[in-house]
Amino acid sequence: MPLDPSFVGRSYPPTAPYQVGREKIREFATAIGATDPAHHDPEAARALGHPDVVAPPTFPVVITMAASRQIVEDPELGVDYSRVVHGDQRFAYTRPVVAGDELICVNTVEEITARGGHDFLTTRTDVSTPAGEPVVTVWSKIVVRGEG
Amino acid sequence: MELPVKTFRITRADLVRYAGASGDFNQIHWSDRVATKVGLPGVIAHGMFTMALVGRAVTEWAGAPDAVVEYGVRFTRPVVVPDDDEGTEIEVRAAVKGVTEDGLTRLELTATCQGEKVLAQARATVRMA
Repeated sequence: MPLDPSFVGRSYPPTAPYQVGREKIREFATAIGATDPAHHDPEAARALGHPDVVAPPTFPVVITMAASRQIVEDPELGVDYSRVVHGDQRFAYTRPVVAGDELICVNTVEEITARGGHDFLTTRTDVSTPAGEPVVTVWSKIVVRGEG
Repeated sequence: MELPVKTFRITRADLVRYAGASGDFNQIHWSDRVATKVGLPGVIAHGMFTMALVGRAVTEWAGAPDAVVEYGVRFTRPVVVPDDDEGTEIEVRAAVKGVTEDGLTRLELTATCQGEKVLAQARATVRMA
């Protein structure tokens, strides 16, 4: 069943704050082989003007992927997750994520299209601090492959 | 202007480590049984792992870990990672496409695995150190 295009523009309630840990950033940086000291050593990060270790550019997906389950698991929308393939991914940063950040996600359905029997769902996640400071906006397009 | 090519080796161990660090435990990234059942040739790398490696290349080219202002890709082909010590390799290239009004550098990125492009529309805007 195709995804209902009337969901476009729908925003979901803000997620509970995610506490960005220094060890989580180090773990993520290690997993992708990012050895720059600013990902690991708070002093090196401070020398660049940051309050604590700096997350690599794709780190926000750790937070936004979990947050966007609000949309992909919305029973009304009805995405069949077993048929989902990752299509596009984009990040636009106001500033890098750093350890100590508390981050809140607001998910919005930005686009729903259908082509060749497949559905395409683009979500936008606006990531900000509890004080409302924007940090990064993350777009993700998933493809829900048609049956047969 | 072309920047120096960067290569990254990817083994199964890297996928396991990335799964744990990212929280993406989709079985197609660690189980051949599940991957082949859904029509893949075998276990494939997380698209976001490939994107992270290309992002590493971008920050290294830019000369600063906090240089990236905008970064986007389209995943066009899976990166198949065999269950051996060699794994596979991706090659990452970048061309400088210009400078924005704000003085940021626009990079056009290419990532290939076994000679095939695995990303399309891969672009980053960075603050060059």
